[in-house]
Amino acid sequence: MSIFLDRTSRVIVQGITGRMAQFHTQEMQAYGTNVVGGVVPGKGGETIFGVPVFDTVKQAVEATGADTSLVFVPPPFAADSIMEAADGGIRYCVCITDGIPAQDMIRVKRYMMRYPRERRMVLTGPNCAGTISPGKAMLGIMPGHIYLPGNVGIVGRSGTLGYEAAQQLKDRGIGVSTSVGIGGDPINGSSFRDILERFETDPETHIVCMIGEIGGPQEAEAAAYIQEHMTKPVIAYIAGLTAPKGRTMGHAGAIISAFGESASEKVEILTAAGVTVAENPSVIGETIARVMARKAA
Amino acid sequence: MDIHEYQAKEILSKFGVTVPSGGLAYSPEQAAYRARELGGNRWIVKAQVHAGGRGKAGGVKLCSSEHEIQDATNEMFGRKLVTHQTGPEGKGIYRVYVENAVDFNREIYLGFVLDRTSQRVMIVASSEGGMEIEDISASKPESIVRSTVEPAVGLQEFQAREIAFALGIPTSLTQQMVRTLQGCYRAFRELDATMVEINPLVITTDNRILALDAKMTFDGNALFRHPQVAELRDKSQEDPREARAADRGLAYIGLAGNIGCIVNGAGLAMATMDTIKLAGGEPANFLDIGGGATPERVAKAFRLVMSDENVQAILVNIFAGINRCDWVAEGVVQALKANPVDVPVIVRLAGTNVEEGQKILAQSGLPIIRAGSLMEAAERAVGAWKNDQKQNTKMRAI
Repeated sequence: MSIFLDRTSRVIVQGITGRMAQFHTQEMQAYGTNVVGGVVPGKGGETIFGVPVFDTVKQAVEATGADTSLVFVPPPFAADSIMEAADGGIRYCVCITDGIPAQDMIRVKRYMMRYPRERRMVLTGPNCAGTISPGKAMLGIMPGHIYLPGNVGIVGRSGTLGYEAAQQLKDRGIGVSTSVGIGGDPINGSSFRDILERFETDPETHIVCMIGEIGGPQEAEAAAYIQEHMTKPVIAYIAGLTAPKGRTMGHAGAIISAFGESASEKVEILTAAGVTVAENPSVIGETIARVMARKAA
Repeated sequence: MDIHEYQAKEILSKFGVTVPSGGLAYSPEQAAYRARELGGNRWIVKAQVHAGGRGKAGGVKLCSSEHEIQDATNEMFGRKLVTHQTGPEGKGIYRVYVENAVDFNREIYLGFVLDRTSQRVMIVASSEGGMEIEDISASKPESIVRSTVEPAVGLQEFQAREIAFALGIPTSLTQQMVRTLQGCYRAFRELDATMVEINPLVITTDNRILALDAKMTFDGNALFRHPQVAELRDKSQEDPREARAADRGLAYIGLAGNIGCIVNGAGLAMATMDTIKLAGGEPANFLDIGGGATPERVAKAFRLVMSDENVQAILVNIFAGINRCDWVAEGVVQALKANPVDVPVIVRLAGTNVEEGQKILAQSGLPIIRAGSLMEAAERAVGAWKNDQKQNTKMRAI
């Protein structure tokens, strides 16, 4: 199985009756994702797109054997929904919601710690495009057709910048094992490092493309991990070289505050760790192709 | 969202943090009146702007008579205060805060921030208050004390005591310091702050702990549950274009360059700015119109970008995923036909139905410059802008 997702993943959508959730649920079904139900408190017993709706995650898990969840719940209630998934027996959860209060995410992360590691749910996001293992399953809002199945693992904060990379790879006939969005928020479920660890042990991933940006310590943490533990080549692109200091650039997390958080410092740290850094976003695909060719030779 | 010093002090004092007595004024006369109300014979007059570094910029004055207060505030009101945090355009002074001056022996730095490494609230304190924390960490890093708060139980007394002892607070004031630290944490937690900073926190000559300055920033995503905090927003302290954009659901930040950017997605928007710079130009703005990029948003974005008179070329970079390029192209064409612009427009589309999108742009009859890759788009935008400049120079020469 790819990291996190497979054809056999049994997916529920929390907040499935919302307008955006409905649209993307249909897209995911059309892609072949095994959506087995939805959760909307108070709408249990209804049916939508051929799947049952439940009042609680526990009921959904019991009735459908769901192991994976996509949270599409408005910001004030999203943290609660993630915790419900963690408690309800979900193994992997993606939260799309943009605009969750930071303190709510602190609470979520603390809450998840109460489960022993082997029973602890993995969360990616919030404020991300989701996760896709091309040809197998799609859990999120990305356009599935820009990804070819293959062996490049993609991990990034930004949705459209990740699409940019996938499209450039597709244009060269290069495929993707799994693409994971970790989201643009300062407090997030999984870090770059968490996802790199998965890619390192994933037999389907041969090379990793990491798309970072200004702000936060997670690129520098990833660099330390890459240097010490990764055997697979990593190429990176970091956005925000021209971003002014002290300003939030759209993503709540994209603000520079300490050493190692500006784009140029991140490029420096990653390069020192042996990562090939693409100079501009138009050459991400080309850079990956070059590193793959070198590896094959 | 930022608030003023006097507002932060009012909030923190409700949580048990002691602050000097003070009063707010909207005019020099009112400032003098506030001083009379407060009593005493020395006052500090402080310009209320959303920025640090006010003292060095002339925004804080010590006065010892009502005349001096009138003179000092006469100079402040209506002026733009330029500090190292405001940028060259400065921030307007429309309110001043008058406080009794305080004699003190020691200055302490106290900050509460969201720490992204531990993903918890972190307390940062230093015995070297009065300086900016960046300067403290550069010159006296050993003076900095850090402590993270376990979110399930909050800031414990022993942790607060540890900080007090590490800072060398006199034993007689330990309890007061504990109360100050716990009060700040509770304010941070209960009101969804992202930053609380007291610099300096002083020990007065009469042995009290007092917050001489206070800064609070709040999580914009949590304002829905704190209407009393949301009310404190002061639009006079915001860039008018950024505020207008925010009201329309667009994330816009004005910059000093002249190539306007319209992009969907924050990461791609930053990447577009970087590519413009790499191609030899300077971006005029950051603008994220959201992942969806609907025609209405594209139209709003054109109006917003064109409201910056420095803009000499516009680069549109849209990755159409769920929506399609042909649809985005229609939006661009509609926006330009409804609001013609007098600068070159470079459009780069990628994603679903890109060929159809290109065809629509080509057949629109509009002078749109099309580009395949982002690098190409940036090069064309910089080229178009330089060309434009040359023509302008020629015209001036004639």
